[in-house]
Amino acid sequence: MNIWLVMLIGGLITFGMRFSFIYLFGKLHVPETLRKALHYVPPAVLSAIIFPEIFLRDRQLDLSLDNQRLLAGLIAVIVAYLTKNTLVTILAGMLALLLLQVLL
Amino acid sequence: MPPEIAISKLIDSRSAKKEFMSEQAKNFWAGVRAELPLLIGVFPFGMIYGALALNAGLDRSASQMMSSIVFAGSSQFVTTQLVHEAAPGFVIILTIAVVNLRHMLYSASLAPYLASLSTRWKILLSYLLTDEAYAPTIIKYERDGLQPFTHWFLFGAGLALWTNWQISTALGIFLGTAIPESWSLDFALPLTFIAMVVPVLKNRPTIAAAFSAGIVALVAYSLPYRLGIILAALVGIVVGTFLENKTHIKPSNPLPIQANLRDSLDDSSTTKER
Repeated sequence: MNIWLVMLIGGLITFGMRFSFIYLFGKLHVPETLRKALHYVPPAVLSAIIFPEIFLRDRQLDLSLDNQRLLAGLIAVIVAYLTKNTLVTILAGMLALLLLQVLL
Repeated sequence: MPPEIAISKLIDSRSAKKEFMSEQAKNFWAGVRAELPLLIGVFPFGMIYGALALNAGLDRSASQMMSSIVFAGSSQFVTTQLVHEAAPGFVIILTIAVVNLRHMLYSASLAPYLASLSTRWKILLSYLLTDEAYAPTIIKYERDGLQPFTHWFLFGAGLALWTNWQISTALGIFLGTAIPESWSLDFALPLTFIAMVVPVLKNRPTIAAAFSAGIVALVAYSLPYRLGIILAALVGIVVGTFLENKTHIKPSNPLPIQANLRDSLDDSSTTKER
């Protein structure tokens, strides 16, 4: 599919979701379960992207210490937990990966 | 009517009008100011996005236009990743939809405050409704309640972020070509997501949602069209919701401020215990 069409549809869907309740306020009741479920979207989606990025190497599970992205990722998790700062986390993870690539 | 009274009336109505205008401007600039610290954090992401999009094989104009057509950071990063992996269009669209689902939550939580505005305002403010514009605005509404011009605050915050996002994207596209391959710039993407997800992991259902989604993503990685991501996300969402229903604890929120709001919006009394 053409990337412009993908962007256009993706953009319309995104706008539709932002507009949904603002437009339909009072006309639409959100079921409690859906409201609960929405809270789990960010951790679920983000983890689904993170895990393969750090645990897989050449599409194979790699839990060894040679897996630099896994180590750098774990360092980033710790930094994120301690600082709760996005930029510091990214910098720490990138720095960790660079150092591991140089050292190992 | 004696002229001096007429004049003083005129001055009164003028100053009233000026007051009226300045209320809008005051709220607008307060929104911009509240957004400033967030802009400092967002700017590098715009640059990283611009560089990554180019790196993934999108051309310059598509990379730039995505920042105004979709205008949602994490879904733009995900799209970039999927384009890089040559995923088909329908999977990209589906993933954008899942990643941006949380905006419905923001929409629901701001809806009562924006209910009296014209449709034009609602369209404009909806377009500008990002995580970063939502956060300061909902804090403002919770603190001050519904005031006549607070939507200008959201407008100011949203427009500031929008402008910042377009400029930083452009700069990233401009500089992207200069960043050497050996820097492993693509790793910035999962790192960004780690930084976003870790602070949210505050209770068992959320942690279970994250881990079950992650594990399913690993197992289902070889599914065609990168459908693994969508399957994994759905499993995580179901696991989290199921555990929450079972343990009757309050969910962890994407943004902590939503906790109060959920209670105040909720007409059923299920979440009233605090």
